[in-house]
Amino acid sequence: MFEFIGERIRQILFASWQHFSLVAQCLILATVIAVVIAALVYRNKSLSSLANGVSAIGLTIPSFAAIGLLIAPFGFGVTPAVIVVSFFAALPIIRNAIVGLAGISPSVVESARGIGMSRMRTLATVELPMAWPVILSGIRVSAQMVMGVAAIAAYALGPGLGGFIFSGLSRLGGAKAFDSVLVGVIGVVILAFILDLILLGIGRLTTPRGIRV
Amino acid sequence: MSESSDAITGASILLDVVTKQYPGQIKPAVGGLTLEIPAGSIVMFVGPSGCGKTTTLKMINRLIEPTGGKIVINGEDVTKMDGDTLRRRIGYVIQAGGLFPHMTVAANIAIVPKMLGWKKDKIAARVDELLELVSLDPAIYRDRYPKELSGGQQQRVGVARALAADPPVLLMDEPFGAVDPITRQRLQDELLNIQSEVQKTIVMVTHDFDEAVKLGDWIAVFDEGAQLVQYDSPERVLANPANEFVENFIGSGAGLKQLTLTRVNEVDLMDTITALPGELASDVLSRLQGDGSSYAVVLDKRRRPIRRLTRRQLSRLQLIDDTVDESMPLVSDQSTLNDALDTMLVSSSETAVVTGRRDVFRGLINVQTIMEAISQANAASADGSDAPVGLNSGAIPALSVEDAVAAEPRSAEDPHSAEEPR
Repeated sequence: MFEFIGERIRQILFASWQHFSLVAQCLILATVIAVVIAALVYRNKSLSSLANGVSAIGLTIPSFAAIGLLIAPFGFGVTPAVIVVSFFAALPIIRNAIVGLAGISPSVVESARGIGMSRMRTLATVELPMAWPVILSGIRVSAQMVMGVAAIAAYALGPGLGGFIFSGLSRLGGAKAFDSVLVGVIGVVILAFILDLILLGIGRLTTPRGIRV
Repeated sequence: MSESSDAITGASILLDVVTKQYPGQIKPAVGGLTLEIPAGSIVMFVGPSGCGKTTTLKMINRLIEPTGGKIVINGEDVTKMDGDTLRRRIGYVIQAGGLFPHMTVAANIAIVPKMLGWKKDKIAARVDELLELVSLDPAIYRDRYPKELSGGQQQRVGVARALAADPPVLLMDEPFGAVDPITRQRLQDELLNIQSEVQKTIVMVTHDFDEAVKLGDWIAVFDEGAQLVQYDSPERVLANPANEFVENFIGSGAGLKQLTLTRVNEVDLMDTITALPGELASDVLSRLQGDGSSYAVVLDKRRRPIRRLTRRQLSRLQLIDDTVDESMPLVSDQSTLNDALDTMLVSSSETAVVTGRRDVFRGLINVQTIMEAISQANAASADGSDAPVGLNSGAIPALSVEDAVAAEPRSAEDPHSAEEPR
């Protein structure tokens, strides 16, 4: 095991960084997409339940199947990996963003409009900041989930630690195959832990004292 | 503290046959309402819930867009201008202040000046000025968050935020509905004190008739569909209710009306000996005996009363300290005699301490003064020639103020014929 790590330390660190970077960038992309979608639908009850329904169904799609299907139109490599990871990352964030935005007391929004804030300004300076803690908890759930999804992206030859898992699994019983899988899995868990700590820190820094619980 | 000029900074408002018709409803929520709101006065909209008074209020700043008619503020037709620009020029206060929980008190107050592009130091100075105006110490409250304030304090900040950019008009939607009765009385008194300094045009919605009588220069009583049933001064609404609906709405016994109509500053207050913390109790006692009064009132640096002392209490003291007596019966000079009597009854005291602008000590009031005031003031209802215009076009003309109808050249229009742009 340690021998395996020692021999490939540079390779492992590089793959870990790639994995982390893939997840982080997809999370940012997913957050933007999810917040935009939530902002478009949260005022309307039926649109909101539609978005929630799509999100629920989306989460039941096996990620392995999703990436397999995307190989056909997009080929191997980074593109299908980014699409799949961002897609799965966006789903929990959409739900939380809708809940967060819809949960803001109408009187707060009314007073924002009443003192002359436009719809956009109200959304940007009042509603989103107030919904932010809820959105961020959605991002944290997403981050944990897509760490695993990103590993599967290696099936389409995407970047990251998934490569160790797949190559190990494909020659299971062979020399150091088990070590390879183990390195991939443990690496993903450690990265997930680190990312969660970072998100926790971001939450501390970006949540105003007035709405901290 | 400062006696600012009594110049009216408010603007007149005219609702000109304003209609709100919601799609899919047969009866309009507001049907052809014409209402004149004089500059610098407080106009109270009262009526049962669902009568359209809040809809009417929100059409003034176009939070609800009217489907017909014109809204004219200070001679300018604002019906077609950009709604957000309009609302930045009109203060808006709702129940519990509607503060933004993620912003500090200062940030909340600074919103409108910021949108209007004021300089940073001007905004900071304005925030402190407004906090002083609503009796909150800027050093203590500036950086607090709304959840760290009591309901009454949140409401005060809400008023400060609405006044931030010095708008000529202030709209208030049941602002004191969510606070306890004692806090409400205080906030009402404070609003009157603030109004005597700023002289805005204030339109307030309430369902509490006593509040309307206490605060209003004019009261507009609405029935369903924003039918204006009576629009007149509190005295005359009480003395001559336009019809049975208004009579029922007024409710309470006629005998006690004078208590709600007369304010503490309209009766003679008693002077008394005042003292500052740090004085010798024996000095104060000898002055008190020379004066013949029964209480000495201890004031703080800003001449706000903090406690009152009887002769017996004084004789037991060495030095007057700065202890604050929270249970001291305290009324504002803007309070009604009803409030004052109430305060005395609650604290089982025959006298109450009266404060004026910014809580500065004014004098004492006692039960005898109140009783005399009631027996004296009986024929208070004057003639109605100066009432502002208010009527529903084509709707129950018998219920409108007669001479107001005569002064209004507009022919009755059918509210249902109003065009619907949407």
